[in-house]
Amino acid sequence: MTKYGWRTIDIVIASIIAVTFGVIFWAWNIVWGATETAFAFFPPAQTLLYGVWLIPAVLAGLIIRKPGAALFTETVAAVISALLGAKWGATVIPQGLVQGLGAELAFALLFYRSWKLPAALLAGLLTGVSAAVFDFFAWNAATDLWDYRIPYALLTIVSSTIVAGVGSWALTRALAPTGVLDRFAAGRDRALV
Amino acid sequence: MAEVVLRGFGWRHAGRRAWAVRGVDLTVSHGERVLLLGPSGAGKSTLLAALAGLLPEDSGESEGTVEIDGLEPVKARERVGIVFQDPQTQLVMARSGDDVAFGLENRGVPAAEIWPRVSDALERVGFPYPIGRKTAALSGGEQQRLALAGVLALRPGLLLLDEPTANLDPAGGTLIREAVIRAHDPDRTLILVEHRVAEALPLVDRVVVLEPGGGVRADGTPETVFADLGDRLAAEGVWVPGRPLPTHRAVSPPADLLVRAESITVQHRLSAVSLSARAGEALAVTGPNGAGKSTLALVLGGLLAPTSGTVTAFDEPRPPHRWRAAALTQRIGSVFQAPEHQFVTSRVSDELALGPRQLGRTDVASIVDELLERLRLTKLAGANPYTLSGGEARRLSVATALATAPRLLVLDEPTFGQDRRTWIELVELLARLRDDGHGIVAVTHDDDFVTALADRVQHLERS
Amino acid sequence: MTLVLEPVADATAALARRNPVAKLGAALIFSLPLVATLDPLTPAIALVIELAVLPFFGVRYGVLARRAWPLSLAAAGILVTMVLFAADRSGSLLFSLGPFAITTGVVLSALGLVLRVFAVALPGIIVFATTDPTDLADALVQNAKAPARFAIGALAAFRLIPLLGEEWQMLGLARRARGIDAGRNPLAKLRLFGSTAFALLVGALRRGGRLAVAMDARGFDSDTPRTYARRQVFGAADWLLLAGAALLSAGALTASVLTGLFRPIIG
Ligand SMILES: Nc1ncnc2c1ncn2[C@@H]1O[C@H](COP(=O)(O)OP(=O)(O)OP(=O)(O)O)[C@@H](O)[C@H]1O
Ligand SMILES: Nc1ncnc2c1ncn2[C@@H]1O[C@H](COP(=O)(O)OP(=O)(O)OP(=O)(O)O)[C@@H](O)[C@H]1O
Ligand SMILES: [Mg+2]
Ligand SMILES: [Mg+2]
Repeated sequence: MTKYGWRTIDIVIASIIAVTFGVIFWAWNIVWGATETAFAFFPPAQTLLYGVWLIPAVLAGLIIRKPGAALFTETVAAVISALLGAKWGATVIPQGLVQGLGAELAFALLFYRSWKLPAALLAGLLTGVSAAVFDFFAWNAATDLWDYRIPYALLTIVSSTIVAGVGSWALTRALAPTGVLDRFAAGRDRALV
Repeated sequence: MAEVVLRGFGWRHAGRRAWAVRGVDLTVSHGERVLLLGPSGAGKSTLLAALAGLLPEDSGESEGTVEIDGLEPVKARERVGIVFQDPQTQLVMARSGDDVAFGLENRGVPAAEIWPRVSDALERVGFPYPIGRKTAALSGGEQQRLALAGVLALRPGLLLLDEPTANLDPAGGTLIREAVIRAHDPDRTLILVEHRVAEALPLVDRVVVLEPGGGVRADGTPETVFADLGDRLAAEGVWVPGRPLPTHRAVSPPADLLVRAESITVQHRLSAVSLSARAGEALAVTGPNGAGKSTLALVLGGLLAPTSGTVTAFDEPRPPHRWRAAALTQRIGSVFQAPEHQFVTSRVSDELALGPRQLGRTDVASIVDELLERLRLTKLAGANPYTLSGGEARRLSVATALATAPRLLVLDEPTFGQDRRTWIELVELLARLRDDGHGIVAVTHDDDFVTALADRVQHLERS
Repeated sequence: MTLVLEPVADATAALARRNPVAKLGAALIFSLPLVATLDPLTPAIALVIELAVLPFFGVRYGVLARRAWPLSLAAAGILVTMVLFAADRSGSLLFSLGPFAITTGVVLSALGLVLRVFAVALPGIIVFATTDPTDLADALVQNAKAPARFAIGALAAFRLIPLLGEEWQMLGLARRARGIDAGRNPLAKLRLFGSTAFALLVGALRRGGRLAVAMDARGFDSDTPRTYARRQVFGAADWLLLAGAALLSAGALTASVLTGLFRPIIG
């Protein structure tokens, strides 16, 4: 197996990350049903949560460390939310592709060599940018440029950098001691017992 | 047909100092049927995974050699089929027939041959449904039979079974064993891991006992191994057939009522039952898979609200599922059927300390140390609970409830996957709690457990 | 509440039977161009078409309504956003809401956006309501040349969704059994949610590791080319479905261009 070839575990774990975030969103809606209504009536607040949507891309990139991981995972996540009956229908699939491309680009810019915090931040930032650009044109075109479109885009990027970037990095570190990343380089640095 | 040769084989999991198995020299020839035994944590599951070529280099360190028909296990995968303990993670596809076909597709079997081989394999294991049956709608025993069919369809020369009947009711276990016998083929080598020796003996002609520290403790026909070393093996934890187990009858009559459930039901999961549990009494709840035993345990444990009926506990006006969590754990302790659901920390010792610390106990360390010692987990104190072997994880989850010693303990399958020694320890700990005036409700498929401890048995039937 | 993954439509309906790749392709071909315009006419035409073809997919109107109702929440959100932030406040003033002038321009834009949300989402909802995930993966591999290992790997993970849903509930119970609950404190609730979500992720990754091992044990990673037990055919009718979707979508756009209502999102 070459360094960049995908093992079965890479494919399955990437898909599992996507699937799990689908379930976490489902649970979020049950536990915090009220927030969705609140957010629906003040859409800019949604951007606070936006970063969570983008975690799969960055997290999978950091764990699997192979070209395509971020892109594949975010796309699967999108297909899954469509299958689970997400209200946006099939358009989430191209949207997921675009969002995954952002994170993928970040890892590619670093030649798939760096997996430390700055790499995670860059991936969070770029995936936020790609998400913001998609929304800028596809969903927010009719709103006021300075009062809404720009602040919305900036908030998306900030949220993505912090939540998806820093968040995924912290998640990887928290996952390593549980042993679930033993078969990945990301899980190797820990103490023996 | 397959021959297995191990020379000085050892494996150490990533992140562990101790070797899971070590120094194993063993030859299994064509057509032999071997029962692999050893105390919990001796490395049986690890050894089977090695034979199946499923210990990737990057997940640990190996020593010695393993050969299957002279090949490395990874290269000999086509000749090996393995069935694990947990059926749910072995099923890949949503429909039963598709799942059996999955392996055949991977091996490039021509499409026209696939479906006849699928129906042949399903027939051999006695699978009672059409191929379109959803795998999610199967009971544990049925899933396990399907997993076996998926492996048999590949016609492996070496069949590896890792506790395939754990968690199944006696009828389900019998079905699996019958399926293994029916699928028997003089050309096929079989290696079976199973703690309960008596039930497995009809399937095998040779017994190999692993030594926990490393090496092989005993090897031969069941008759010779058990005649020569029976007593010693039993003392070391092997379930040698025909050895009596200590029984613990209650020393005093049951005292005050702890919990009473009156005709409670849970929609789609449990049909009306009534029962009560008293202090100083051990109640066993038995019944087939899917009867609703675990559901009942959740209701009694104050974790699930019944759809109808009433639960009263500790003379409180409110039912336990309405109590705050802190109040609940002081009085009722629950142990879940799947140990992994229960772990909330990342170290074995923290897991045990959590409960006593919440209660403000000052002797946390000594409680933890004593439980670790008695349940033989001391060496694993710093390990992550999720990396334990099947039996170790079970003991830890029971120990978390023992650590706070609440008045009422509700345990779901407390003894599964235990070797004889840890089993005796567990039963003794529970007996002592009962005799100190605690109430015990245990859901179980384990007849020995019922005989050894239960003062009363409540049997549930599938509705 | 449980996670439902089953198709909810009559699988024998003329269009429900089409190749899953064709259905997905048609949904994308039909709905993506709608994103390009902000006028209310295009999505209105599209909605009429979508509702008209619904019976051919074997989906009942009631079922669709149940699946699509969360969209009304989004629609309400759009209305609020438009009142507050609409770019285009041309046209005649209808009434004022405090400092916000509600003009015909605002109303038209809002109407366009709301209709667009429904028009864009429905095709996807219809397709996924009529498609079995196994068939979709098979078709993606056999007809769209998607790499088999990736499609089947994702499908295997997908099968775990209901299990993970149950696991979520068990984790909540287990926390309670260990003396951990949040009561009414929102901060504690958030922390509990986080720790449960983390435990779910750990459990899911562990399951995934075992699943990958079980798949390899049955030869998933062997170099032999895979064969297909289930054949998916992509026939003339499937091409027709794609062509039909393209034609109808073009028709809707043309109508809005001809009536002069077309308003592209860029520019
Ligand atoms: N993934 C893992 N990571 C780290 N250690 C592990 C892992 N799996 C098993 N171990 C450790 O290796 C040792 C052997 O485990 P194994 O599962 O092979 O035991 P076993 O003989 O099958 O026990 P049981 O009868 O309880 O199932 C145990 O001490 C266990 O804690
Ligand atoms: N979370 C759940 N949601 C819906 N149905 C469930 C759930 N858990 C269990 N069931 C169903 O309820 C019934 C009773 O399940 P339960 O787990 O209580 O049985 P059990 O007697 O403990 O079986 P086993 O011996 O296999 O552990 C089964 O048919 C099961 O499929
Ligand atoms: Mg084991
Ligand atoms: Mg049960």
